[in-house]
Amino acid sequence: MSEEKGWAKHSNIVGIVAFATLVVALGLVETFQPFGFRFRDFTGGMVTFDTLIRIGILTIVVVGLNLLMGYAGQISLGQAAFYGVGAYVSAIMSTLASRHEVLPGISDAWWWPWLAILVAMLVTGAFAYAIGRPILRLRGNYLAMATLGLGVVMYTIFREGGGITGGHDGLAGIPRLSIGESFAFWPVERYYWLVWAAAFAVIIIGLNVINSRVGRGLRAIHTSELAANTMGVDTDKYRVQVLVLSAMMASLAGSLYAHFQAIVSPGPFGFVASVELVCMSAVGGMASVWGAALGVSFFFVIKEVLRARMHQLLRGAGGEHELIAYGIILVLVMIFVPEGLSFGGIKALSWLRNLAVFRRGDGREIEARTGQAG
Amino acid sequence: MQRYLGTKSAKMALTVAAAILLVAIIALLGYRNNYGPKAFAQWTMDGIRGGSIYALVGLGFVIIHSVTGVINFAQGEFVMLGAMLCASIFELDLPLPPAVKLVVAIVASVIIVTLVGILLERGAIYPARGAGVVTLIIITIGATIAIRATALIIWGTRAKIVPAFTNLHQNDLIFRPFGLTLGAQSLWIWGTVALVLCALLYFFERTIMGKALRACAVNRRAAELMGINPSRMSLLSFAMAAALGAIGGVVFGPVIRPQYDMGLVFGLKGFVAAIMAGMVSPLGAVLGGLITGVAENVGAGVTGLYGYKDLIAFVILILVLLLRPQGLIGGEERGVEQS
Repeated sequence: MSEEKGWAKHSNIVGIVAFATLVVALGLVETFQPFGFRFRDFTGGMVTFDTLIRIGILTIVVVGLNLLMGYAGQISLGQAAFYGVGAYVSAIMSTLASRHEVLPGISDAWWWPWLAILVAMLVTGAFAYAIGRPILRLRGNYLAMATLGLGVVMYTIFREGGGITGGHDGLAGIPRLSIGESFAFWPVERYYWLVWAAAFAVIIIGLNVINSRVGRGLRAIHTSELAANTMGVDTDKYRVQVLVLSAMMASLAGSLYAHFQAIVSPGPFGFVASVELVCMSAVGGMASVWGAALGVSFFFVIKEVLRARMHQLLRGAGGEHELIAYGIILVLVMIFVPEGLSFGGIKALSWLRNLAVFRRGDGREIEARTGQAG
Repeated sequence: MQRYLGTKSAKMALTVAAAILLVAIIALLGYRNNYGPKAFAQWTMDGIRGGSIYALVGLGFVIIHSVTGVINFAQGEFVMLGAMLCASIFELDLPLPPAVKLVVAIVASVIIVTLVGILLERGAIYPARGAGVVTLIIITIGATIAIRATALIIWGTRAKIVPAFTNLHQNDLIFRPFGLTLGAQSLWIWGTVALVLCALLYFFERTIMGKALRACAVNRRAAELMGINPSRMSLLSFAMAAALGAIGGVVFGPVIRPQYDMGLVFGLKGFVAAIMAGMVSPLGAVLGGLITGVAENVGAGVTGLYGYKDLIAFVILILVLLLRPQGLIGGEERGVEQS
């Protein structure tokens, strides 16, 4: 791997540019609607533009989760709790003026929600730090269950929080984000740019963390914690750091979600949400920042396509049938490509390359060609 | 500070102190709200009733985990399937007297759920054997989603009715000993759970197959060398766990109105019970289930915060994991400081 040549050496930069081009192209299509085409027309009306924004928001969460699970090797079945804390702090702070008439003149200024996002990230980070030390002493299945418990506890607090969190109904009337009084990140096409800008920032941070000293330490933990410890890697410190980082990413995504939906209710932050996040992470490929975007997109596309087309495959099928397919796909992916789709894709590519059809001359020539490919 | 807190006696003292504090708080809250011993007895009884089901589910977790190392998220779905199948078979228009029909429904639903468990093991767990912890967890989660969605399609969102075993009626016979309220179904539940435990004890202690299962739990490799087929043991553990869950669902069916989405709660609470058992001890799972049930009922009753009922079980879960990850009953430390 040390002698990567050509494009392989810059694969991250190539990836970012290619992915950014795709995202920008989709955004431009929706904004300018050339020849009356909108994004949903490309997908036969099955996947809407809103879905792209949701994909962006959850990509932010899953990048953090991948750092935690794929690199630090720590399972979290409670990531939706951090996501929820972010959403609720944002929602509570930005509705202070309209609901409680607290701090008039300040809490309805345009910059207040942005401040709320920062506060939410700090609160979530501090929360993650406080629970990180004791909870990360656990390993494997036990850690998974402790984080699961944490998720359920936070969900119950959201649900039963009464006047503060709005209980079952949640908090409504969350204002849109804006810069100055006149430029709002709304309608949807504008919010798209904001969400994806944030998602790219998070992806780049993720890639940098992986290739930093901390990232190497984390990978060492994943391989063998004992060996890492012996070589002087402060494993506890790194694990707490990556938990705090992933919690803050989840919090940012939560805030973006709150301002996108304009309403926050406990539903999307429960146990099922945490499980879905882990599934997205695992299906995409945990040991890869790119896997995050891939896994989230895969899930959403499958979900939307099934919702739109299931009744044609199965006579009389309602919306619920999609869930079965969803469960079965999950099981199949885990059985056949346990490393996730991103690694499955890489494997499939190298398999294709070695197929006899693509082979001209002897093996040495192929090596030479793949070496010069970029 | 850290050095002294780490010692065994310090940990013991802390645990005892916490327990005393907890009892004091409960007593104080009860005293302030004028709850007499009668109220406490009622909550405890209700708690034991719910806890019995958690115990059965927890047993399933322990059996599967100790034989295969898998945490089976679909455990709660077995409870749901048992209750729902029993209700819908009883609804069928069979030319049988209702009592016989109920027996048929119970037996049939337990058998069907056991088959589902076998199918789950062969279809999803066996092909991925040897995979990592996360992969296996996600596979069982996928199975959970699929089972739950199938139930939703078959039965819809409406709650079903399993008749009470005593009077075959929707409303159960109620006894009032010492001014407490005791449904006759509670007696059925306790009787069934006791019977199941005796059967399990006999199975594990007296039969070759049970001993083979235990051997597999102690050391899979060694058991294999002794001629025990681990693949068959894995299958057996899933079948047993499914049957236990189904029995729980069937006897608890008349107490709640079973619904397609009830599995999750039972699965999670059963898991809390299994964690208290350190994931290894069947006896611990039973005790853990009962403790969970009683704690959440007394806790919710004393504070009057019924919405926070689920919270109690998970606070217990986190406390147990952090303070005694090896479970409440003996054993060396597991889960901590090993990778």
